[in-house]
Amino acid sequence: MRRRLSRRELLRRSAALGAMAAVPANVLAQAASTAPYATLTAAEAATLEALVARLIPNDANGPGAFEAGAARYIDRALGDALAAQRSAYSASLAALESYARSQAGGSFAALPPARQDELIDDLEQGRAPGFAPSSSAFFELVLGHTLEGTFGDPHYGGNQDFIGWELIGYPGLRLAVTAEQQRMDAKLEPLQSSAYDHTQFDEHPTASERDGD
Amino acid sequence: MATSLDRADVVVVGLGGAGGVAVEPLAAAGLNVVGLEAGTRLSARDFAPDELRNNFRGWPQAAQKCNREIPVHRPNASAPDNPRASVHVMMNGVGGTTLHYWAQSWRLNPWDFKVVGETTRRYGVGRLPKGSTVEDWPFGLDELEPYYDKVERAVGVSGQAGNVKGVIDPRGNIFEGARERTYPMPALRGTEFTDLMAGAARRLGWHPFPGPAAVNSEVYDGRSACLYHGFCNRGGCHVGAKNSTAVSTIPRAERTGKLAVVTEAHVTRIDVDADGRAAGVQYLKDGETYIQPASVVLLAGYTYENVRLLLLSTSAAYTRGLANNGGQVGRHYFTHNQAGGVLALFPHPLNRWYGLPAQGVAVDDFADDNFDHAGLDFIGGGNLWVYSDQRPIAAASMPTFGRAPRWGAQWKQFVMENADRWVNSYLQKTTLPYEDNVLDLHPTVKDPLGDPVIRITADHKDNEKRVAAFVQDKMEQWFLEAGAVATQRQPLGTMGVSTHAYGGTRMGDDPETNVVDRWGFCHEVPNLGVLGASVMGTSGAHNPTLTAQALAWRTAERLVADWGAIAG
Repeated sequence: MRRRLSRRELLRRSAALGAMAAVPANVLAQAASTAPYATLTAAEAATLEALVARLIPNDANGPGAFEAGAARYIDRALGDALAAQRSAYSASLAALESYARSQAGGSFAALPPARQDELIDDLEQGRAPGFAPSSSAFFELVLGHTLEGTFGDPHYGGNQDFIGWELIGYPGLRLAVTAEQQRMDAKLEPLQSSAYDHTQFDEHPTASERDGD
Repeated sequence: MATSLDRADVVVVGLGGAGGVAVEPLAAAGLNVVGLEAGTRLSARDFAPDELRNNFRGWPQAAQKCNREIPVHRPNASAPDNPRASVHVMMNGVGGTTLHYWAQSWRLNPWDFKVVGETTRRYGVGRLPKGSTVEDWPFGLDELEPYYDKVERAVGVSGQAGNVKGVIDPRGNIFEGARERTYPMPALRGTEFTDLMAGAARRLGWHPFPGPAAVNSEVYDGRSACLYHGFCNRGGCHVGAKNSTAVSTIPRAERTGKLAVVTEAHVTRIDVDADGRAAGVQYLKDGETYIQPASVVLLAGYTYENVRLLLLSTSAAYTRGLANNGGQVGRHYFTHNQAGGVLALFPHPLNRWYGLPAQGVAVDDFADDNFDHAGLDFIGGGNLWVYSDQRPIAAASMPTFGRAPRWGAQWKQFVMENADRWVNSYLQKTTLPYEDNVLDLHPTVKDPLGDPVIRITADHKDNEKRVAAFVQDKMEQWFLEAGAVATQRQPLGTMGVSTHAYGGTRMGDDPETNVVDRWGFCHEVPNLGVLGASVMGTSGAHNPTLTAQALAWRTAERLVADWGAIAG
C-alpha cells in the first residue's frame, strides 16, 4: 500500500511539472518495483515490458500499460491462473527477440519505439515467423493480458495507482448505486479500491491452484 | 468399496435452476428428498465485484465438475472437432448457474408451443424449414401458465405485465400470452440510457418495455432489493437480491426437514433394477463411491449433463443408454443463437458502468410470430435487448468501429474518449431442432474418471441465419434512431457450447420421437424424470430458465399427485 501511494505521489508531481507532457520515463522507472520477476526470466521480462509499453504507451494522455504494471501482472499470472500459457510466452518472447534481431539488428527492448511498433504490426498481421501457431495468435494473447493487467482489479498486480481506471474514466467499485448515479451526465467521484479492500468479500484460490481436486 | 445409503423417496441429481425449484413442492408434500449437487455452497462473501475472476478466469465456474467435462463441438459429422474451451459456460454449486446468471425470467410466447400448427395455419404447408424435427408441444401456454405463476412467486420475479387475463397494458410486453395476474414485484428501474432507447423504439412505432428478472426491485421475502452495483454478469449477488434457487426455494425445502443436500457429490451412473426401472444413483464424494437408492430419480443437470448421464448409464435393459432404446436421447438439440449481436457507438457518454444485464429495455415486435412472415423467407424472430452493464476490462476491450487501430497511442486516445460511449445488444432468436444437430458421447475425449464427454454436432441452418440477419437489421435501425453514430454487426459463428442449450431429452406424447412424456417422465423408464431445458422442444426468443423452472415445478407436482403410480 505504501509503495502504491508513493508512486501515485511521483506521478502527481511529474504531471504537475510537465503539465500535459508525457510522464518522464525515468521518473516512472524510479517508481516501478525493482523486485525480480517471479516467473519470467530477466530477458523475457525486458522484452515483455517493452512490448506492453508500446501496446498502451505512456504519452501525452498519461501513463500506459508498463506504468500500470501490466508486465508484472502477466508475470504473476503465469505462475498461477495463466500457468498453462507459460511455455507459449517463453517461446513467443524468444521468437520476438529473434525477429527483432534479424529485422532490426538489435534486441526488441533496445529498439526505438517506431521500430518496435513496426515489428508489433508484423505480429498482429501474422507476418512474423517462428511463432507457434502464429505471431497473430501471440499478439492476441498478449494484448488480452495487457488489457487485463491495465484495467483489472489491482489485487492481481496490475492497474497500479488505478492508472487504467483513470484512463477510461471508470468511476470505481460502488457496492450500491442510486438512480441518480446512473444518469448519463452523472458526475461520479472516482473511487479507488480493490474488491478485496472491502472486507466483506473473501479471496479465492485461482483455478490452477485448485485444479486436480 | 461402495457404501449403500438408506433409500430415499426421491433423489434429485443437480440443485440448480430446475432441480432447485422442484425440491420445494416435493419436500412440502412430505417426501424424503435427497439432493445431490456437484458443487459447494457459496455465500455472499464469495461474490466479490471482481471482473478478472468472474469474467476472465472463470471463477466460480473454475475447477468444478462441469469444467472437467466440457463438451467438444464440431459443426457437422464430417468436420474435425473445434478446439475445446478451457472454461465451462455453466457452474456447479447449490443454486447452480442461477447464482451467476443474468436472471432474465421470461415466459415463452403462445406461438412457441405451437410452431408447427401455427406456421401451417398462417402460412400454409411447406414453410417449416427442411430437415427440422420440430414438433408442437403436447400442451399450450395455458397449461404452463399456473406453473410460471408459482415460480415467479416462489423465487421472486420483477417485471411489468403486458397482458393480464387478456387486458393489454402497453407498459409491458403487449405480445405476451395472457397471465392470471401481474408479477409479484414491479420491474427493475430503467436508466437514462435505457429510457433513451425506449423513446427511440416508440418513435419507430415499436413497443418497448422493461424485461422480467429474478432480481428484487424491492425487498422480497426478507431479501434485499437490488443495489445495481454492476457485477451481476457472471457474478453472484452480495446482498441476495438475485433470486437464485440457493436463496429462495432450496432453503425453504431444507426448512421442512425433508430435503437432505449433499454437496460435492459427483453422480456417475443411474442404476436400474431387474425390471428396467430406475433404482437410484451412484455418486463419488471425497473419493468414495456411494449408492443412493430411491423410488424416483429426477435428473436435473444441465442439458449436456442430462444427456451424458443417460448415455453413460448402460445396462442389459438399455444397451444404448438409459431411456434410449428408441434412440432419441441426444436428438433434437439446439441452442439459442445468441451470438451475432449488434454494437453501437454514441456521440456522448452513456454511463453504463453500473446496473445489471437484467436492467434493460426489450422490444418483442420482431420475436417469434409477432409479425407477419408472409413475404419473408424464414419463420421465427428475435427479442431485442439493450441493458446497463459495463466493466473496465470489457470496456477497454471495445471494438473500434473502424475508427482506430487496436493498440498504440491512437487506440489509447480513442478508448479514452469512447470506453463509455459504446454498447452491445443481446439478440435471442428462434432456433429449431434439425435431424443432424445432435449430442452423443465423444469417441475419445474423456473426463479424468475415464468417462467420455459430450460431443456436439451442430450448426446454424438457413432459417436461423436469416432470422439473425433480419434481427440485426432491426437492432441497427433501433440504435441509429437513438442517435448512434456507428454500428457493428457481430458474427453469428457456429453452434458450440451454449448457456442456452436445449433438447436431447425432448418432451412429447410420441415415444418414437421423444424421451420424456408430457409430465417429464421417461417413456421407457416411468420413475425417471428429467428436469431442465433438455426437455424443451422449441426455444422461442427468450431465456430458458423460467420455462425450465415452471416445467420442473409441474413435474414435481405431478409426482406428488400421482406418487403411487409413478413410484410403483
